[in-house]
Amino acid sequence: MTLKLRDMTLFLAVLALIAATGFLQSWNVALGILNMGLVSAIMALGVNMQWGYAGLFNIGVMGFLALGGLSTVIISKPPVIEAWDAGGPRVIFALLVGTAAIVAAILAWRRIPVGKARAPALVAILVVGFFVYRWLFDPAVAAIEAVSPARAGNLGGLGLPILIAWPVGALLAAGAAWVVGKTALGLRSDYLAIATLGISEIIIAVLKNEDWLSRGVKNVSGIPRPVPYEIDLQNSERFVERVSGFGFDPVTASTITVKLAYAGLFLAVLLLLLWLAQAALNSPWGRMMRAIRDNEVAAEAMGKDVTARHLQVFILGSAVCGLAGAMMTTLDGQLTPASYQPLRFTFLIWVMVIVGGSGNNFGAVLGGMLIWYLWVMVEPLGVALIGGITAGMPDGFWLKEHLLETAAHMRLLTMGLILLLVLRFSPRGLIPER
Amino acid sequence: MSDPFLIGDSLSGGYGRGVDILHSCTISVNEGEIAVIVGPNGAGKSTAMKAVFGMLDLHEGSVKLGGEDISHLSPQDRVARGMAFVPQNSNTFTSLTVEENLEMGAFLRRDDISGTMAQVYELFPVLKEKRRQTAGELSGGQRQQVAVGRALMTRPRVLMLDEPTAGVSPVVMDELFDRIIEVARTGISILMVEQNARQALEIADRGYVMVQGQNAFTDTGEALLADPEVRRSFLGG
Amino acid sequence: MSVADRTPPWTSSGTCRIGFRLSRLEDGLDFLNAFVAFANFVMLPAVAYGSQLALGALGVTMIYGILRFSNFAHGDTMAFGAMATILGTWWLQAMGVSLDPFPTALLALPAGIAATAVFVLITDRLVYRFYREQKSAPVILVIVSMGVMFVTNGLVRFVIGVDEQRFADGARFIITAREFKELTGLKEGLAIKSTAMLTVVVAIIVVAILFWFLNRTRTGKSMRAFSDNEDLALLSGINPERVVMFTWIMVAALATVAGVLYGLDKSFKPFNYFQLLLPIFASAIVGGLGNPIGAIAGGFVIAFSEVTITYAFKKVAGYLIPAWEPQGLVQLLSTDYKFAVSFGILIVVLLFRPTGLFRGKAL
Repeated sequence: MTLKLRDMTLFLAVLALIAATGFLQSWNVALGILNMGLVSAIMALGVNMQWGYAGLFNIGVMGFLALGGLSTVIISKPPVIEAWDAGGPRVIFALLVGTAAIVAAILAWRRIPVGKARAPALVAILVVGFFVYRWLFDPAVAAIEAVSPARAGNLGGLGLPILIAWPVGALLAAGAAWVVGKTALGLRSDYLAIATLGISEIIIAVLKNEDWLSRGVKNVSGIPRPVPYEIDLQNSERFVERVSGFGFDPVTASTITVKLAYAGLFLAVLLLLLWLAQAALNSPWGRMMRAIRDNEVAAEAMGKDVTARHLQVFILGSAVCGLAGAMMTTLDGQLTPASYQPLRFTFLIWVMVIVGGSGNNFGAVLGGMLIWYLWVMVEPLGVALIGGITAGMPDGFWLKEHLLETAAHMRLLTMGLILLLVLRFSPRGLIPER
Repeated sequence: MSDPFLIGDSLSGGYGRGVDILHSCTISVNEGEIAVIVGPNGAGKSTAMKAVFGMLDLHEGSVKLGGEDISHLSPQDRVARGMAFVPQNSNTFTSLTVEENLEMGAFLRRDDISGTMAQVYELFPVLKEKRRQTAGELSGGQRQQVAVGRALMTRPRVLMLDEPTAGVSPVVMDELFDRIIEVARTGISILMVEQNARQALEIADRGYVMVQGQNAFTDTGEALLADPEVRRSFLGG
Repeated sequence: MSVADRTPPWTSSGTCRIGFRLSRLEDGLDFLNAFVAFANFVMLPAVAYGSQLALGALGVTMIYGILRFSNFAHGDTMAFGAMATILGTWWLQAMGVSLDPFPTALLALPAGIAATAVFVLITDRLVYRFYREQKSAPVILVIVSMGVMFVTNGLVRFVIGVDEQRFADGARFIITAREFKELTGLKEGLAIKSTAMLTVVVAIIVVAILFWFLNRTRTGKSMRAFSDNEDLALLSGINPERVVMFTWIMVAALATVAGVLYGLDKSFKPFNYFQLLLPIFASAIVGGLGNPIGAIAGGFVIAFSEVTITYAFKKVAGYLIPAWEPQGLVQLLSTDYKFAVSFGILIVVLLFRPTGLFRGKAL
């Protein structure tokens, strides 16, 4: 499939919008939007695989993004040796025991013939497993979290290069997707939706509360970067010399260089994924996916294992979301579990996919960049608009104050309206599926 | 012979934009009479009846009720004009009680419905007994009675039944046919599609044998039963 | 999670307290104390919370049963209803109107319901009706409801902001813990919050009206008939648009009452209502989507499990087994994981009984 002229124009238009921000406002802001736009595009690609290819309704995107974020901590932060000594192996052992209990319960359920013994056996395994797990887990966690809680209080990570965290984030998300998919796929589509919503809330709760893992609401900052630090650039004579030669201010130039480096990395990942996604979509596998989506019953009658295919694409899409989540946390340089809000990290991604054109990878990318741009710009625009409306009102008038105060919430309203308008008048999105 | 009370005259059409299923098919029924549509599987029997009821996209022919052209009316509007339809499947509100089913049948009526309900209970005494049970708890034959009763609650002038005896035992079938004759005696025209051709034609004033969406034979029930060709091809000798 | 939560629930300190009991009477009192503590911290909160969930789940289940989609905007509809009622309450309070000892919000409730009904009917007219006429797949309607959720959420934030709003007035307690202790001479107090009691009473009244309406009135029966068998309902001359209109009005009433009761009992914060979506849907699914009795049962199952599993049973255990002095809180899961409870029950039901406890689908 090639891009039509119209699609190219749309992409150029979004880039022009971002460039306009650069010219009118600042290149720092514009590049910031571009970088997050690229990450958003990857998120949208992931959701598009699930919804666009297969019609799976995942509203737990936030959870998969957060798992990606967690992977940056686990991979790249240096280990906290004292904490490991205090309880690292014990925590891992406890988690293994917990997992073993669940596996044992599943095996018991499968092996024990239907009868009176089955349910009690299942419950007994789970209850005993839970208490043994807590008995091992709790003291270990207490020991870890007691290690200089103000500075660490967690296990830290493996101290590996940050870029490794990206594929690992994808793997973590894939693992979670496997668990959810195994239970909820094959049931009605809204059940999958609720199940994914639930798992994402739980993942966020884990990040917020398991201090030994993610430091919870104390956040993990200072996550290593794949690109140079601004301050290092500013201290590098060669860099200062070179940018001064072009007549740039070294400080501004350093921030822009860093952002450009991120943009380059993200763009490379996005292009690679886009290429893979396109290849998959146009392969026999992709055609089968769409056939299943369009008529599940017929596909099943033709001998396709619909649930297994769904599981496959659900895991793939979630993995892409996990990757994007890791990239986002890398860009932020810190993991702030409390910042994960479903409206922003699940439903906004859906707006991107629907507006861009579900079923079309280019559409998802376009939607990701465009909606991210709007998400950033609507707030100042809304404030400006309200400012204009209220300009005529006397100062101190309650309505004026109220409007100015709440102008920032225009965003959600606008996104909802955009979604509804697109669904109503152009349900196939900006770049429709072909 | 005067104009029949309800007539679907040379109907051609199909579902949506699909191919035509009916080809110039004519079905009619006189006041207080029983008309039966029989024929092999896939002959378009049910389709013909649905066409008369307005559930099909016609591009030829017309439907007249009491001399008035109703071809352009929706099924709902035809219900208001006195046509009642009992579909073959899911023809009761399974989670509603028997009595509620009957009440829903009379939804369009604003007058007192207790008289009609008493008549239905008289016709189907078992329903009165079970009126507080949900329709889903009843046996197949009883459920058919609920379905017919629900349709009668509108006090229709024409009652249309799509294979009312599908899936019920022969004893129940005989009983149901007896009831249908009783209904016809009250002056209600009956149009029904039947799989059990022989028994149905026995009670029919008028019979239609359909083949491939067309009228193959049309006569009184008695005459059709006597027709050697009909017997050989459709009644198994 | 704090360190204190982490101590295993069963660890007992080495010292035993098995002493000579003075009398059997004290054992009886210990049992009573344990029961009072349990009632105070688990039963009463769970009953109130369960009522709120049940009302929310009833709304979800009605939309599912009649409009045949899962309405993700329902949490925000509740927020909208609560917001409208709060604005009315503030106005009444400013006018000096009071219903003491009852909260003024009860007076504003009808107006809140009316405003919410108008709002959802406008939404239906502008948004949902189009897809109904197109006979769109349910999943499309779910996505559409996501858009409505955004808009409603934005609207609520726009009007009342994101902060916590208090609007409860009137008496705080029917009986305070201290009064209860003085009255009974027990060591444990049973505090009955007036909002909790009010929640239960109002929920019972609302549910009674709802069931009366569905089972006794012509319109209610036609709604059940429509939910049961849409085609046959059409054949019987039931007007679908009228059914849909009544559904929305009732859903608006249920959502507003649920939202206001939750706001009175806890506090009003728009985001909390969005978060209620998971337990509410869990309740509706656990009970069997489309089944009103199931929605109520599901609400209480979820509420009781959530409160029981996240409650620290240290005190209760202390009374029941005096010999055992747990170091920890005897808490199965920290309250931060209350979502996990809804989720766990949901998964178990989906795995073993996907139709829910009461078979779902028809009202």
